[in-house]
Amino acid sequence: MNEVIKAEGLTKIFNKNLIAVDHISFSVKDGEIFGFLGPNGAGKTTTINMLITILKPTEGKASILGYDIVKQAHEVRKLIGVVPQEYTADEDLTGYENIILCADLYGIPREISKKRAIELLELVELKEFKDKKVETYSGGMRRRLELACGLINRPKVLFLDEPTLGLDVQTRTATWEYIKKLKEEYNMTIFMTTHYLEEADALCDRIAIIDHGKIIVTGTPSELKDSLGGDIITISIKENADVSEIIRNVENVKDVKNENGSYRIKAIYGEVTAPLIIEALRKRGYTVTRLSLTEPTLNDVYLEYTGRSIRDMEESKEDFRARRITLRRARA
Amino acid sequence: MSSINEYRPSLLRGLWALTLRELKKWLKDPIMLLMFILQPLIWMGLLGKSMNIQGIFSSSSLSRIQIHDIEIPGKFLNLPIDKVIIPSAVISQLLQQMFSNISTTVMQNVFGVVDYFSYMAVGMVSMIVMTTTMFSGMSIVWDRRLGFLDKVLSTPVSRAAIIFAKILNATFRAIFQATVILILAYILGLQLSQTFTLFNILGVYAAIFLLSVGFSSVFLAFSIRSTRMERPMQFVSLITMPLMFASNTFFPISLMPEWIQIIARVNPLTYLTDAIRQLTILQLNISSLIIDFIFLSIFAVTLSIIGITLSWKYLTK
Repeated sequence: MNEVIKAEGLTKIFNKNLIAVDHISFSVKDGEIFGFLGPNGAGKTTTINMLITILKPTEGKASILGYDIVKQAHEVRKLIGVVPQEYTADEDLTGYENIILCADLYGIPREISKKRAIELLELVELKEFKDKKVETYSGGMRRRLELACGLINRPKVLFLDEPTLGLDVQTRTATWEYIKKLKEEYNMTIFMTTHYLEEADALCDRIAIIDHGKIIVTGTPSELKDSLGGDIITISIKENADVSEIIRNVENVKDVKNENGSYRIKAIYGEVTAPLIIEALRKRGYTVTRLSLTEPTLNDVYLEYTGRSIRDMEESKEDFRARRITLRRARA
Repeated sequence: MSSINEYRPSLLRGLWALTLRELKKWLKDPIMLLMFILQPLIWMGLLGKSMNIQGIFSSSSLSRIQIHDIEIPGKFLNLPIDKVIIPSAVISQLLQQMFSNISTTVMQNVFGVVDYFSYMAVGMVSMIVMTTTMFSGMSIVWDRRLGFLDKVLSTPVSRAAIIFAKILNATFRAIFQATVILILAYILGLQLSQTFTLFNILGVYAAIFLLSVGFSSVFLAFSIRSTRMERPMQFVSLITMPLMFASNTFFPISLMPEWIQIIARVNPLTYLTDAIRQLTILQLNISSLIIDFIFLSIFAVTLSIIGITLSWKYLTK
């Protein structure tokens, strides 16, 4: 079986008019880390919730290892592991008790689950805290505990929803290491959502950029960067005028976007083209005040396809509250 | 390597795991546990002891009554004297004696027991059973908000286990609290009837179980749809008062106005309270006990069907 996850025209409409996920189709191959990248409210979590069978699609279908997510939900649930966005571990219980609870929900016999729980706690380096209540854990520890819980049933497919939400940079990097280590250890296929670009770049084999419920582009991180067709030159000018046309006529310039007075220019051979642009502008009497030249990053890919860099919170009140609780606990 | 498909997550296994979680949460919070015990203790101490209904019949209640000497003219008695005087002191003494004799009879007729404390302590048990079962289903609001419910739903555990774990947990708590209150009440002077045996306790538990199942499943269905804790909380405080007072919890129904009696007759609390009284402090009347149990069963079955259906619909939507 090569295609582990397969979605065809998957759609979710809330309250009959809010289209959260709009006819998306994609497939994830065996052993891949597949990333869903997109701004807040793009439909990432809704997609994951459909795949993990807690939300029924309005239209379309999807299957995991050949099992339909609606008709064979029970089979799907046995095969997958889920690490949700929120910290779902019970604060009043210890880390160990939480893992055993998860194991019980999968019906794993105690003699096996006890061994596995210790093994997993060792792997995420929580063994010495196993008998401490989760309320004493830090954000990073909680995240690791969630990872361990999600792996108790040795899932074939692991779903990670914003695995590093609210964590500081060090903890985030450490979490990536755990994810890589776990993947190697258990040889799983991983489906993850994130809005951290460097996270997608560091972890994912393939990425789908999703916005307004639609997949805009899919590819490996380097494919996506290459698709931008060259380097990015950003310049600002002193004068308050639109000089897009002047820049566009410079040799090797492929595209110009005016973003509030600063120009994002796509060009091949950026280091040669940049001086030509300055020259062209000076001839017309404009003064360049800033210039930067970058080889494309995933960030550029992202901005290229989703347009804006800051997104209004398009979340429901409840999601927002849940996120706030998660963030608060992460900081605790 | 063994395949994960081998494990069959059974309903009972999941049910026990989730129930155990709730109970652990509860037992690990000693302050909450203490409050659960303190609350009925305070109620019993204050209400049961302060509403000293027997005291009304004590001689001191008559202390300021104005009693005059009674003069009986001699001719009414066919006596050759002018008049007979019965001094007020004699009348007063007689009256007081009679009054305290009446006390026992009045209490027996109105409350069925001689002391109000025993009557009220049992009412207390059903009140606590009611509030505990209503509140304990509410934890699902948090489970949902913190994402725990979603995580559980993504596992192969039976959805029925999620619902029954909440109901079972409510019942366990109610039974635990009822036991504590009854023991405390006994220490504080609750008088058991001659028909009481330890076996009757099982009957008490059965009655509590029926009420708990009914209430907790309906409240679960209600809470599962609420995004905020405040809504079900407000609802509980709205209905506990009327349910408590329009019943025999603290006072006999027979003395209430007709319209309250109608409410009290359909109020499950009335039947729970009567069942527990029959089994503990009253001279056991089998036929009224059977009626109590029939009503409680109807209540439990109806409400749990409604509650479980609604919750099930929500969880599998």
